[in-house]
Amino acid sequence: MTTIAATGADLHAHDHHDADHKPGFFARWFMSTNHKDIGTLYLIFAIFAGIVGGAISGLMRMELAEPGIQYLQSWASMMAGKDASMDEAYHMWNVLITAHGLIMVFFMVMPAIIGGFGNWFVPLMIGAPDMAFPRMNNISFWLTVVAFIMLLGSSFVPGGTGLGAGTGWTVYAPLSTSGSVGPAVDMAIFSLHLAGAASILGAINFITTIFNMRAPGMTLHKMPLFVWSVLVTAFLLLLALPVLAAAITMLLVDRNFGGAFFDASAGGDPVLYQHLFWFFGHPEVYIMILPGFGIISQIVATFSRKPVFGYLGMAYAMVAIGVVGFVVWAHHMFTTGMSVDMKMYFTAATMVIAVPTGIKIFSWIATMWGGSVSFKTPMVWAMGFIFMFTVGGVTGVVLANGGLDDNLHDTYYVVAHFHYVLSLGAVFSLFAGFYYWFGKMSGRHLNEFLGHLHFWVFFIGVNVLFFPMHFLGNSGMPRRYPDYPEAFAYWNGVASTGYAIMAVGVLIFFINVFWSLAAGRRAEENYWGEGATTLEWTLSSPPPYHQFETLPVIK
Amino acid sequence: MNMLKKILIVLAAMTMPSLAMAQTANPAPAPVTKEIAAPVVATPAAAVPETAAPAASAEAAAPKSMDGSLPGYTPMKPTEGIGMPKPKEIDFQEQFSENGQYAKWINNSILLPIITVISLFVLGLLLWVIIRFNRRANPVPSKTTHNTFIEIVWTLVPVLILLGIAYPSLDLLAKQFKPAPADAVTIKVTGYQWYWGYSYPDHGGFEVVSNMLKEKGDVAPGERFRTENDGPGQLAVDNRMVVPAGVPLRIQTTAADVIHAFAVPSLWFKLDAVPGRLNEKSLTITKPGVYFGQCSELCGARHGFMPIAVEALPPEKFAAWVKAQGGQMPGEAAAAAASPAPAVAATPAAAATTPSAAPAAAVTK
Repeated sequence: MTTIAATGADLHAHDHHDADHKPGFFARWFMSTNHKDIGTLYLIFAIFAGIVGGAISGLMRMELAEPGIQYLQSWASMMAGKDASMDEAYHMWNVLITAHGLIMVFFMVMPAIIGGFGNWFVPLMIGAPDMAFPRMNNISFWLTVVAFIMLLGSSFVPGGTGLGAGTGWTVYAPLSTSGSVGPAVDMAIFSLHLAGAASILGAINFITTIFNMRAPGMTLHKMPLFVWSVLVTAFLLLLALPVLAAAITMLLVDRNFGGAFFDASAGGDPVLYQHLFWFFGHPEVYIMILPGFGIISQIVATFSRKPVFGYLGMAYAMVAIGVVGFVVWAHHMFTTGMSVDMKMYFTAATMVIAVPTGIKIFSWIATMWGGSVSFKTPMVWAMGFIFMFTVGGVTGVVLANGGLDDNLHDTYYVVAHFHYVLSLGAVFSLFAGFYYWFGKMSGRHLNEFLGHLHFWVFFIGVNVLFFPMHFLGNSGMPRRYPDYPEAFAYWNGVASTGYAIMAVGVLIFFINVFWSLAAGRRAEENYWGEGATTLEWTLSSPPPYHQFETLPVIK
Repeated sequence: MNMLKKILIVLAAMTMPSLAMAQTANPAPAPVTKEIAAPVVATPAAAVPETAAPAASAEAAAPKSMDGSLPGYTPMKPTEGIGMPKPKEIDFQEQFSENGQYAKWINNSILLPIITVISLFVLGLLLWVIIRFNRRANPVPSKTTHNTFIEIVWTLVPVLILLGIAYPSLDLLAKQFKPAPADAVTIKVTGYQWYWGYSYPDHGGFEVVSNMLKEKGDVAPGERFRTENDGPGQLAVDNRMVVPAGVPLRIQTTAADVIHAFAVPSLWFKLDAVPGRLNEKSLTITKPGVYFGQCSELCGARHGFMPIAVEALPPEKFAAWVKAQGGQMPGEAAAAAASPAPAVAATPAAAATTPSAAPAAAVTK
């Protein structure tokens, strides 16, 4: 049995004498070494970045709602403070897609799911008083903030044809080297360096914490699956990010110091950059989704009042996904002119990932099977996640086929696929986690009705937004286009309508959050009842400033 | 010893993209300066060698035809809905290459049904959970946490499904990588910021420069604009890549500045054009027609505005077009070989075409 039976149910009662002594405002929020405060900072930061990145995608859907260039030129003029040429307007488009991608990946999903929920709940779930390196935790957060400011700043300096870095989030050379003159791309690269360093420090912190600070009796095989997911993610970060750092440092050398790593005219090779980038980039997509898997496992078990089905299979499926995730990267490069052997290998290896992913999907359903399921808001989001992630997963199996990818590569089919696993996968798991733990973090209940309303509006919105993109991709519409032939107008119009619906959903979310912070019902310690068996539910809501001063003992 | 050598060769072939070889004379990347902000398409459209044949000197600007026609060649009118996207389309475009038809069949007859069934299966299970295992219907949860048999089933069944997919998928790859026969028509595609160059090393090495056609309202008086004959807006180009239909083609791609991708959805063809590399892929177009595509790798500001139009003609009409371009068919005497040479050298992208001009000479002997 892998149920985690908490025996520390009353432990916090012993340590409340001085556990709630909090430092003053500035020291608490700007010099914080408390994992819960840093987690909160990460969540607030991620929500802010999500608003920025989401607004950028709103601009994109606005421009794409109809064929022709409607707004780009006036936006570019606004940014530049002078009349922008058509080329500067088109460059502005590339800046928008680049910023949207980088913000959502590095400043929304990662900070929220690893920095936010990871910081908050890994120590609580393993019965630790804090993270292993509290000061390092603090610098991880502030480096991320500086990185974000650098990225935003890059859009106000020249980047080639116009202001900002218009290279795409992949920063492919030679577009990012000889193709983009000006400091914008350098700033964007520095931003990635800082965000990467922050994540590496965070990964070291999580690995150390999980290996050394588990409460007595909590063996690795008794750890909650969310902790497992963060552990696997931390290893992926630690192994993948240095490769990104190397690749973008080589870009800097090519750009500024006469290097020729990726310059064909001097003996370099642009495709080398793509190999390095995707050796990071593919594990990166699992970095974004694995903690989500962990969150969904906790939620499904809680609301089914049943332990997770096939716990060991679930844990090692994540390990398998992590390992295989490192040997499939070149499926992002099927059209670069690779040999038939490489294409066959990467096709086959990529399809293998579907097996552990399938194990996870079926184990979640088996957890619910025979359970006594209550459909509270987090559970509804979790079930939405399972279905939508399946849809995004099966289109991934289609794209894995190198021969089919010849047509689908760099079309909207790919955009649809990765938004189904991210915007309907990772983001659904984020909302699920938020609704699940908000009461624990804030001490206030969110409104159930608004939560359900948020789910349905958002669910309909993102499906109307992203499902037609499969059709556009089949039909041949390429990615990263500010304008398109008349024939693509219909589905683009539908997609833009979907964005508007989704935006209403997000608005409901914010109303819910502000309402409950101001007037929400107070949350008791285990407000989800008997299904919630992990250690955070043995503490008050919100938990004391320092918890587990006497370590809980796990049976 | 011999065996060892063989293994080494195989290993080398696997580690190196064997189809991509370093190009000898790579043009230095065009320096990107402020001049690209010029409002009009300032690419060397004027230097297109289309008029090179009869009145060679008059290629400046004035006598250019308004519809792209040449002596002995009139651009084909595209058929509505063929070789181009259709409004409200949800399926792939109709395919005009054998591999394309096979690939579309694999997707629509194997993959699409499988992924639809899997998605609906998961949805069905979730709905069943909602109906059968909600708190009211099932107040006491079971305590089952393991079932080795079912765990083996849901591991093995996906493996079998994937094996079933892998077979046609790898077969398709093998077909796509079948090299073009020695007598295939070679077209070298070069991506530029932001237009395409098509050179014909087997036919004298001339290069056709292909720019997007602008709408009537967007051009200066006297300048060519898009008409219905050219094709849909944002897909139509001034000079198409003309090829023979029903004949194996050897498409080579490279780029002069940044990475572009040469993509034609109705031919199931997409190949990156990478500076310093010469990628190659075979293609046989089954029917005469005009097939449109768009650049498919982010290449800067006007990435969305460098479309591709492939015009497949019956072989004799292709020969007439080659003549009109000032080239000659591979069988024709080498006597004519000298005359178009200056016209070739006059093109601005001559540097890019020179390496491929050499093998052309070898073929014509």
